[in-house]
Amino acid sequence: MPDSIPTDSVGLVTPQVYKFEEPLTLRSGKVLPEYQLVVETYGKLNSKKSNAVLICHALSGDHHAAGYHNEDDSKPGWWDSCIGPDKAIDTNLFYVVSLNNLGGCAGSTGPASINPETNKYYGPDFPVVTVRDWVNSQLQLMNTMGIPEWAAVIGGSLGGMQVLRWAISYPERIRHAVSIAAAPKLSAQNIAFNEIARHSITSDPDFHAGRYLEKGTYPKQGLMLARMVGHITYLSDSAMRAKFGKSVSNFEQDTAENFGRDLRSGKLSFGFNVDFQVESYLHYQGERFSENFDANTYLLMTKALDYFDPTVDFEGDLSKAFAKSDCKFLLMSFSTDWRFPPERSREIVADLLKAGREVSYLEIEADQGHDAFLLPIPRYIEALSGYLQRIHQENESDAS
Amino acid sequence: MRPDLQIIQQWIQPNSKVLDLGCGDGSLLHYLQTTKNVYGIGLEIDEKNIQHCLDNGTNVIEQNLDEGLSNFQTESFDTVLLAQTLQALSKPDHLIEEMLRIGKNGIVTFPNFGNWKSRLYLASRGRMPVSKFIPHSWYNTPNIHFCTVKDFDALCRERNIKVLARTVVDLEHQGSWYMKAWPNLLGEIAIYHISKDTD
Repeated sequence: MPDSIPTDSVGLVTPQVYKFEEPLTLRSGKVLPEYQLVVETYGKLNSKKSNAVLICHALSGDHHAAGYHNEDDSKPGWWDSCIGPDKAIDTNLFYVVSLNNLGGCAGSTGPASINPETNKYYGPDFPVVTVRDWVNSQLQLMNTMGIPEWAAVIGGSLGGMQVLRWAISYPERIRHAVSIAAAPKLSAQNIAFNEIARHSITSDPDFHAGRYLEKGTYPKQGLMLARMVGHITYLSDSAMRAKFGKSVSNFEQDTAENFGRDLRSGKLSFGFNVDFQVESYLHYQGERFSENFDANTYLLMTKALDYFDPTVDFEGDLSKAFAKSDCKFLLMSFSTDWRFPPERSREIVADLLKAGREVSYLEIEADQGHDAFLLPIPRYIEALSGYLQRIHQENESDAS
Repeated sequence: MRPDLQIIQQWIQPNSKVLDLGCGDGSLLHYLQTTKNVYGIGLEIDEKNIQHCLDNGTNVIEQNLDEGLSNFQTESFDTVLLAQTLQALSKPDHLIEEMLRIGKNGIVTFPNFGNWKSRLYLASRGRMPVSKFIPHSWYNTPNIHFCTVKDFDALCRERNIKVLARTVVDLEHQGSWYMKAWPNLLGEIAIYHISKDTD
């Protein structure tokens, strides 16, 4: 944590655990007899219960979206740039709910939890969960919390897909859908990258067919490699150039920015060691991630991405999926995002228009690639903030 | 609200669907939503205008008109608007045909280059007109396809476009009997209500 908590931070937060004993039937047909979800909330639910906002996390996110858990935290939650008093998702105005999804590894029931039937880790026996299953579990949470309707459901990337699923499955429970840097479904290239990630995990000798926790180990190398590959797809070429092309001579910087080829030790090793800063960065990112993330959860999350296709019940026609949606939509994409590029968001917009839905769409110029949705890019923040202010005003005028 | 928009809004039916191409800050759509219960979508490329639309609750899509409207379904709107944007498009004739594919009718407004002031400027000075009415120099103007009332009438005839109504006004958006008599000479802004000629 910084020396003092910034005034626009939600401050110290404590996660809460919600236990559900009603079985949840999953899309695969399997049944989860009981489960728990770990949740953080920021701000206060108003007396009309009309100001609740759900935050949906992406592949490696969790419930800790804003603020700090304790004084020793070096970093705030993953979306602290957007959630807090006077921030875009203003906790003075909204009651913000953020959870760790089923199958996660941050406290909600997942592969690293104990299976009550066997008293062992679920591991590979944890059922494959889909975006639809997550939204169904979020609905159970919403009912338990006594929230009649979300003022908005907001998410980026895989989170943005949950937002679309909310609008399709529960039109009466959502007033605004804010889907950022998402796609209507994954492309073959997206699935290919996910398969490399999965294969690197499952081929690690320490994977033990998913039962590594019972053996007291984990597939560190596989997880590292999965994250390294994933990380490249989150950044853009220009972002990598900027990040790894700074410590060059002034002359070079003026000319070619060194193409992001900064050396780690100032000279080439002429061996197969880490020569370039970008290599060292990827190793660091992979290593840090592998120490904090469960491999089976990574497999599940990437499968949920691959399986996401809201058109399956609608003859492959996304506009039909939106036929019963009743909320307003805001979609945003980022110019250098090559994981879910602007074209993918435009596909969703075209189908929303075909369905006659109310939709706004912004294409934000940003160098940071897919990662941009997590970063404080001024135009993006202003747009999100303006849209949410408008929701708040609607709320107020409805109440009067 | 801009006075030309004041005139346009009279042609919009309550509870109809309106697509506004180049919707600016969204003030017309906002007005139509609140007073006529219109379902409105605006297209815009200016960042500040887009933000205004979000701030006042107007649906806005960031989209360049020159890249086409293929993402809009045929006859998915009642009225498609194109206010003071025609002259800045790379293919204005193509866009007008697209407007009438997407909408049952269209409304187009543009600055009339046939106005006597432009004629006098060009005739007397021999240079491209620059005025309050046309404030840019030839090399930096976004207005690349100026036309006159007569030119637009001719295009409508060629493309079987029916002119449901036509009005011309001056920069203060006042009409008069003499403008009605000599629209191409005296009108500064032309306002057309058009549809496909299905006869």
